[in-house]
Amino acid sequence: MVEHRPLRDFLAYAILIFGVFIVAFPVYLAVIASTHDAATVVTGNMPLSPGTHTLENYYRAIFVGGSRASREPVGHMLMNSFISATGIAVGKIIISILSAFAVVYFRFPFRKTAFWIIFITLMLPVEVRIYPTYKVVADLHLLDTYAGLILPLIASATGTLLFRQFFMTVPEELLEASKIDGAGPFRFFKDTLLPLSVTTIAALFVIQFIYGWNQYLWPLLITTQDSMQTIVTGIKKMLTTTDELAEWQLAMATAVLAMLPPVAVVILMQRLFVRGLVETEK
Amino acid sequence: MANVVLRDVRKTYAGGVEAIKGIDFEVGDGQFCVLVGPSGCGKSTLLRMVAGLETITSGTIDIGGRVVNEIEPADRDIAMVFQNYALYPHMSVYNNMAYGLRNRGVPKPEIDARVREAAQILEIAPMLERKPRQLSGGQRQRVAMGRAIVRQPKVFLFDEPLSNLDAKLRIAMRVEIRKLQRRLKTTSIYVTHDQLEAMTLADILVVMNGGVVEQIGKPLDIYSKPATTFVASFIGAPPMNLLPVNSNGLGPLLGDLRIDVPGDAILGVRPEDFALTGPSTPAGLALELTVDAIERVGAETFVYGKRAQAEGTPAVSAKPGELPPGEIIVRLPGDTAPAIGERIRVTAARDKLHLFAADGRSRLDG
Repeated sequence: MVEHRPLRDFLAYAILIFGVFIVAFPVYLAVIASTHDAATVVTGNMPLSPGTHTLENYYRAIFVGGSRASREPVGHMLMNSFISATGIAVGKIIISILSAFAVVYFRFPFRKTAFWIIFITLMLPVEVRIYPTYKVVADLHLLDTYAGLILPLIASATGTLLFRQFFMTVPEELLEASKIDGAGPFRFFKDTLLPLSVTTIAALFVIQFIYGWNQYLWPLLITTQDSMQTIVTGIKKMLTTTDELAEWQLAMATAVLAMLPPVAVVILMQRLFVRGLVETEK
Repeated sequence: MANVVLRDVRKTYAGGVEAIKGIDFEVGDGQFCVLVGPSGCGKSTLLRMVAGLETITSGTIDIGGRVVNEIEPADRDIAMVFQNYALYPHMSVYNNMAYGLRNRGVPKPEIDARVREAAQILEIAPMLERKPRQLSGGQRQRVAMGRAIVRQPKVFLFDEPLSNLDAKLRIAMRVEIRKLQRRLKTTSIYVTHDQLEAMTLADILVVMNGGVVEQIGKPLDIYSKPATTFVASFIGAPPMNLLPVNSNGLGPLLGDLRIDVPGDAILGVRPEDFALTGPSTPAGLALELTVDAIERVGAETFVYGKRAQAEGTPAVSAKPGELPPGEIIVRLPGDTAPAIGERIRVTAARDKLHLFAADGRSRLDG
């Protein structure tokens, strides 16, 4: 039976549209602000229609930087963010899929202990262990390097847990069939486990890329040179001014630019893991 | 081509549970051996031990004259068909069959030839490029068999391969597996809990219960001379009627029949060995029954009756008792149908009777 009640449908849609509006309006405003010149933005009367300075603002944001001498152009910051977010996502996937493989498929002494130690790191995010981590990174001379931005954020249990749960749903018989087919542990991993994990990998990549992209505290702490800062820390710096007006139109252009890569990753990967959800059969 | 010899094979799990309690048997070259038993009897464990997927606690397993206890599954020269087929879901049918050969470094043209030949035999040639999820249950079953065939192993191992199929397909595949095995002449060990599958497929039947072998033999020999009451009730459907008898109580139970029973014993009669008769008693067992229930399946009619003299006689203690104590099943031709509540008289000839020791562990009449 298909229910058809016009009033209830209308109400439901009205509430949903209102919700979308609440979420989307600030984003819209940021986009609009990035198309006007500085004078229009600071008057306090924000126009709701696009202005005429779009190209100029984005050109300045990406290639030139703000009017103050110390500011880096956003293009470089985007690059830094992209490298560290990708590094974190890829590094985390590699480490966690291998550790989950070890924990699920190998019988070694203290296997359970190893798993629980990995599990406990969930309770120790970077923010909690920030001083010792900083000390280690500094001692290794990794300040102001990509390695310093990436490595400390790779170590956490979320990925290992995700892969462990997935591996445990893979039927035992596949492993046994592989054994009989003459595939050793590495071949089983490469030929069977990895292709089956593609969708899990995609999901983890999305989560970790965004996690890496949105890092604020850690990059702020270990980057001292402007050439190493990420876009998320960069936006904040644009707004911290002492004796002059913040260049809001550039900050907004930067914010819009900062949103794009995570959005792109979600859109591209979403197709992969939705397809995976529909098709995968174990 | 090889024979498989098991010598006092035992399996004890870490917790001290003994799953396999000393098993000896031999499967000759090219023979089809079926391991049959109720769930939990250790038949699958035993098969997995032959495959090398379970360790052997003690004893030896010998394939083609080579003790394989310490040899990896891949090097035992066996192929296995799993209950859920265990096809690689991300590989095409072709690759599923070719994978094991590639891992062994078989040259590409030969892999191709073998896969295509197996596909031809199994009639899955048009599906080689498909993924397992695009196939029906029966087709997946064929692919699983194909994966075993292309390897050209010494021994095929089947772990309840038909239990995921519907009844009709199961019968068709059963016949096909048998034909295929006759054609390839590969030694096979097949595990099932279905006695009909066991009877129809086996050259040698191994009936297992509780981690031990109850009886080994040709299916028809086992059917006509079950060694224990367990085998008697497990092989044959509906199961054999088992009646406790006693040297003192022989008179009323056995009619005119005289059998020397040393004290207590168990008498077995298959439902199909009974015949409906009038008042005259031939030499054999005669029973008065009150009809309790009737199942008419067309070609035959099963009559469930209570023994008229059952009152006061001890309950049937045969294990596993699939019948309520005192109940007797009789198979009659399809066109005969006594009414419920009617008293009937059934007889069984002397040579159709089986006599077991009171504990059910041995036959008394050879």
